[in-house]
Amino acid sequence: MIPWGLTPLLSCRDLRFAWDGRRDVLVLPHFDVARGERVFVCGPSGSGKSTLLGLLAGVGVPREGRVVLLDTVLSGLSSAQRDRFRADHVGYVFQQFNLLPYLGLVDNVLLGCAFSARRTACAALHGTPRAEAERLLAALGLDAAPLRRRSVAALSVGQQQRVAAARALIGSPELVLADEPTSALDAEARDAFVALLLAECRRNGSAVVFVSHDLALARHFDRIVRLPAPARAEAA
Amino acid sequence: MRTLVLAVKSMRMRRFAVALTVLTIALSVLLLLGVERLRREARSSFASTVSGTDLIVGARSGPVNLLLYAVFHVGDATSNVSWQSYREIAALPEVAWTVPISLGDSHRGFRVMGTSADFFTRYRYGDGHALGFADGKPFDDLYDAVIGARVADKLHYRLGQRIVLAHGFGGGPQMLHADKPFRVVGILAPTGTPVDATVMVSLAGIEAIHVDWRSGMRLPGMEIGAAQARAMDLTPTSVTAFLVGLKSRLAAFAVQRAVNDYAAEPLLAILPGVALGQLWGLVGTAENALRAVSAMVVLAGLCGMLTALLTMLDQRRREMAILRAVGASARTVFALLALEAGLLAAAGAALGVVLLYAALAALRGFVAGRYGILLTLGPPSGEECLLLAAVVLLGLLAGCIPAWIAYRRSLADGLQVRL
Ligand SMILES: Nc1ncnc2c1ncn2[C@@H]1O[C@H](COP(=O)(O)OP(=O)(O)OP(=O)(O)O)[C@@H](O)[C@H]1O
Ligand SMILES: [Mg+2]
Repeated sequence: MIPWGLTPLLSCRDLRFAWDGRRDVLVLPHFDVARGERVFVCGPSGSGKSTLLGLLAGVGVPREGRVVLLDTVLSGLSSAQRDRFRADHVGYVFQQFNLLPYLGLVDNVLLGCAFSARRTACAALHGTPRAEAERLLAALGLDAAPLRRRSVAALSVGQQQRVAAARALIGSPELVLADEPTSALDAEARDAFVALLLAECRRNGSAVVFVSHDLALARHFDRIVRLPAPARAEAA
Repeated sequence: MRTLVLAVKSMRMRRFAVALTVLTIALSVLLLLGVERLRREARSSFASTVSGTDLIVGARSGPVNLLLYAVFHVGDATSNVSWQSYREIAALPEVAWTVPISLGDSHRGFRVMGTSADFFTRYRYGDGHALGFADGKPFDDLYDAVIGARVADKLHYRLGQRIVLAHGFGGGPQMLHADKPFRVVGILAPTGTPVDATVMVSLAGIEAIHVDWRSGMRLPGMEIGAAQARAMDLTPTSVTAFLVGLKSRLAAFAVQRAVNDYAAEPLLAILPGVALGQLWGLVGTAENALRAVSAMVVLAGLCGMLTALLTMLDQRRREMAILRAVGASARTVFALLALEAGLLAAAGAALGVVLLYAALAALRGFVAGRYGILLTLGPPSGEECLLLAAVVLLGLLAGCIPAWIAYRRSLADGLQVRL
């Protein structure tokens, strides 16, 4: 067995990012994630947590430094290549409003592999992608059958977040990014959601980078990374 | 393909707004194509009214004027051609045949045309069709009349029907030639030309009803009965105009010149095709104005679509961020919105065509009856297809505006939706 961490899944070095090109909102000298590792990222508001996730997803590129995901330097790819790379290897969960209202429950989950042949193939490993989507929904505590007829907009926020988690997980991407996915949930639903998400990630072998303000959730994770407050980031 | 499915599903959710937009575009397309259709049909219908006639001769006025009153029965002649001149021109060696036309009377809103029986054999319409009789035969007796298809249809006349002609148009009962009624002996098959709306009698018949009239008035105390008139010399003194067929078309210009230089009275000979060309030149300006207006309406329709798309854009930021998160490129976001605009325009164009044919089918009878223009239900012409393609292309181009905004935005926003 190859020990975790020998070749990290994700490795960031000397990241600097500025939205306006001058003032760095994110300064991160060192950030690694091993395969299957579960990392909890916290930090004050405005410390650049969402910005970091955007860089890890390859939506933006750092001003300085580099993000290496699966031995690929993201900033070395064209933006179209990064989009494809994201489709293939990254699942993403937003804080809220994760679902396309015009797609059904299962189709929203299938959207996770709609832009990736690799993930479609992966989801079809034990049947069809649709069956895999239904399995994921069931594993996340959403019995698809009675819910399917309803519009996804009619789901509770907790249910919507679980559909979003299923979408991020389908096709077993190596990295799942979640940006405060529980902040709209009550305490009970929060723990249940994190437990379900992490269980499915483990089953898939996906690493998780989970951003949250809620330190009570940190106990579910292997490691905590604190981003410094913006003023200190600037000083550093 | 994936983008198409997403665009269609997204639009299906907004179906009410989408339907309105499509309807707006469809109505503007209907107007655009309708104007074009009507213009084309009117032209071809006009052009097909006189075929096989080489020259039309009348008193000197404008060529378009002569064409209009002699053939289309629009407007009135300013003066007549004397019988003497008619006889002389008819006797020119280049002339194969002539058909005299005498206008000025009416029957219940339809024009009465005095002519010779040659009219039924010489007159040609469309691509050289001769007149056909739906029922009966050409006039023979002095008080015989032949009616066009629309006259028969509108007034429910059959053969043997007795009709009374009126002097001029729209006069009171004192203007009726009630003393000399005519009998319908023939009903023509429909032609789609003004002939359909005409009552035809012999020149002598016209003469007979006017023997006791002078300058538009009945001569008081000088009534001459129908039977009495038969015994009189009914050679006309003048005709309104006449159609000329030549032995060789090559002689057309020579004969035209001869008529135009005719010494005894000021006459005008026109080549029907040339006069039609002049007519189109006249109405061309109006046509172009109409086309410009309908083009503007299409632009307005597309602007409506653009407004709808732009308004929607803010509400759809979320949608775009989600698509970006699952791996859609900013280019896909652009394609999605441009495609949506293209689909809206295409759907509008398609619905517009459907509405056009529905309108054509519904108005066909009315237009044929009222204006003598036969609307065909043939497939869209090349020009119409081009117009439709232009509408869709313009829609697509218009869609590039919101698409570009969304593209820029999804690059700037990353995965965060900032409102
Ligand atoms: N799309 C953007 N364009 C310009 N500036 C941005 C953009 N997104 C974020 N910023 C700025 O970058 C800084 C970091 O923002 P970011 O959203 O990454 O912080 P965060 O740690 O996620 O905060 P929060 O906990 O409130 O979500 C902030 O000052 C923010 O104003
Ligand atoms: Mg954030």
